[in-house]
Amino acid sequence: MSRFPADSVGLVTPQRQAFSEPLQLACGKALNQFELVYETYGELNANHSNAVLICHALSGHHHAAGFHKVDERKPGWWDACIGPGKAIDTNRFFVVSLNNLGGCHGSTGPSSIDPATGKSYGAHFPVLTVEDWVHSQALLADRLGIACWAAVVGGSLGGMQALQWAISYPDRIRHCLAIATAPKLSAQNIAFNEVARQAIINDPDFHNGDYAAFGVIPKRGLMLARMVGHITYLSDDSMGEKFGRELRTDVLNYDFTSVEFQVESYLRYQGQEFSERFDANTYLLMTKALDYFDPAGAHSGNLASSLEGIKARCMVMSFTTDWRFSPARSRELVDALFAAGKQVSYLEIEAAQGHDAFLLPIPRYVQAFKAYMNQIEVA
Amino acid sequence: MTMRADLEIIQEWIKPGSRLLDLGCGDGELLRYLSDHRKVTGYGLEIDPEKINACIERGVNVIEQNLDAGLSNFGDNTFDSVLMTQALQAVHYPDQVLEEMLRIGREAILTFPNFAHWRCRLYLGTKGRMPVSEFMPYTWYNTPNIHFCTFKDFEELCRERSIRILDRLVVDQSHQSTWLSGLWPNLLGEIAIYRVTR
Repeated sequence: MSRFPADSVGLVTPQRQAFSEPLQLACGKALNQFELVYETYGELNANHSNAVLICHALSGHHHAAGFHKVDERKPGWWDACIGPGKAIDTNRFFVVSLNNLGGCHGSTGPSSIDPATGKSYGAHFPVLTVEDWVHSQALLADRLGIACWAAVVGGSLGGMQALQWAISYPDRIRHCLAIATAPKLSAQNIAFNEVARQAIINDPDFHNGDYAAFGVIPKRGLMLARMVGHITYLSDDSMGEKFGRELRTDVLNYDFTSVEFQVESYLRYQGQEFSERFDANTYLLMTKALDYFDPAGAHSGNLASSLEGIKARCMVMSFTTDWRFSPARSRELVDALFAAGKQVSYLEIEAAQGHDAFLLPIPRYVQAFKAYMNQIEVA
Repeated sequence: MTMRADLEIIQEWIKPGSRLLDLGCGDGELLRYLSDHRKVTGYGLEIDPEKINACIERGVNVIEQNLDAGLSNFGDNTFDSVLMTQALQAVHYPDQVLEEMLRIGREAILTFPNFAHWRCRLYLGTKGRMPVSEFMPYTWYNTPNIHFCTFKDFEELCRERSIRILDRLVVDQSHQSTWLSGLWPNLLGEIAIYRVTR
C-alpha cells in the first residue's frame, strides 16, 4: 500500500547522464564535459512518441513531481500538474524533467569541480543562454532515444526554453506550451534582475564569485535577491490578502531592526530559506539567461520573422494578475505567431496569485492545460 | 455528429486551404469541420471559458480575446475569410466590427437574426413588448443581444459603407430556405447569412 496520493507519480530517483563531447556555447566558450541530472515519470512508448520535456524556471530543478523520500514533506515543484490523471498525465506521457546546465541541483554548474583545475568553477563558469540550454537538452534527448518531443512545456524562464525549442529544433517538437512567459524581458524585468545581481555581487562574502575558495557563501546578498524576486512573483492583491498591513507585534517599536509587519517576516523567511539552498553564481547565471533571451534580436527585432521556422503547434497561457510577465507580453508572442502563420492557442486565465499562478492548481488553468495535453496524439 | 445547418451552408463558401478567423467561434465546431474537410488554417476568438475548453479538446486554435476590445492586433488582409455567426447583434459597435472584419480579411461571412421577422413584428405589435421566444429567450435588460437589426438595416449599412454583398441566404430557424422567405425576406426570413466584401 502506497503512502502517496493516487494521483502522485510516487517515489522517484534522479538519474544522471555524462557528456564528453564539447558543447559550443553562445558566449564563445565551450564546455568539454558536463553532466545533466534528470527525473522521468511514466513510460516511454514503443515508438517513442509520448515524450514530454519539462523546462524549469529561474530557481527550479529536475524534481518536478513525486517524492524523493517516503517522508518528504513536499512533492516536486510542479506536482500540481504532473501525475496520473493530472494535466500532464503520466499514464499517457513519458515525462523528462532536468536540472539545467549551470544549475545547483546536480547538473554541472558553477559549484561543480572544473576538471581542468580540480577546483570549483565559481566565477569561471561560462555565462549560458536559453539557446545553450536547449542544445544541451537536445543532447539529453538523443541519449534517451527521443527524436521528437510530443511536447516541450515550461513556465516563466521554462516557457522561453519551450519557445526556443520550437525555433531551434522545429522537427523535434510537436507541441510547445509556453506559460506565464514573454518573448523577451522588458527594461523593468531586467532592472529587477540587476538589483538582485547587485545584491549578490556586493555581498562581502561574494569574493568575485570564488566564495567557495574562502569557505563562505554570500547569504545576505542571495537573501536580498530572493526577497526582491519574490515580490515580483506575487500580485499586489495576493500580498494584500495574505498579509495586508497585519502586524506581528502589538505596538510599533519605532526602530529599524524589529520585524513588525507580517509581510516583512514572510519575505525574510523566504529569502533566508532560499539563501541556504541555492547557489549565488547559479542565480546570477539564470538571471543573465533571462535578460539575454530575445529571439527577435537576430531578426532586427522582428519577432514574427524569428518564429518563421516553427512547425510545432503552440499553446500560450497567461494569468491576469501576473505583472512580471503580464498577459500583454504573452499576447505579443501570440500576435507574432499569428503573423508568422503558426498554429496557436491563447488563454488568459483569471487568477489572483500573480506570476506564481502557473505553479498552482487553479481549476480553469489545470482544466485547459489537461484538455490541451489530452488532444496530443501519442500513437 | 450533425453539423449545425448554418455551418453547412457557410462551408460551401470557403475555399480549400484558406486562412480563416472565426469571431465568437463557440465550441469550435465549424473550424474543426472546415479544417478536416476544407484543409483550412483556422483560428477562433472566444471569451467563454467553457467554449474555449471545448475548442482545445477539439484541437482547434482558439484565442481568448474580446471582440469589443477591437481586432487591432491583426494585420490588414491577414485572412481569406473572417466569419462571425450569431454575434453581430451582441457586440458593442457592430459597424466597427464589420469594418475591421473587412480590413483583416478579404471577405466576411456573417449570420444574424432578423428583428423584422413577422413573428417579432406580431409580438411587438400585439403585446407592445420586446419579443421573447424560444429562439430569443432573453428579456430586454439581460439580453446579450444589444444591437438587433433587420435585413434592411444591415443592407443599408453596407450601402453607406460601400460594402458589396456577394451572397445572401435567408433561412428559417432550422436554416431551411423556402420560396416564401425568398420572396419577402425581411418579413419571412429569420436568419440571414451574408457574404460581403469591399
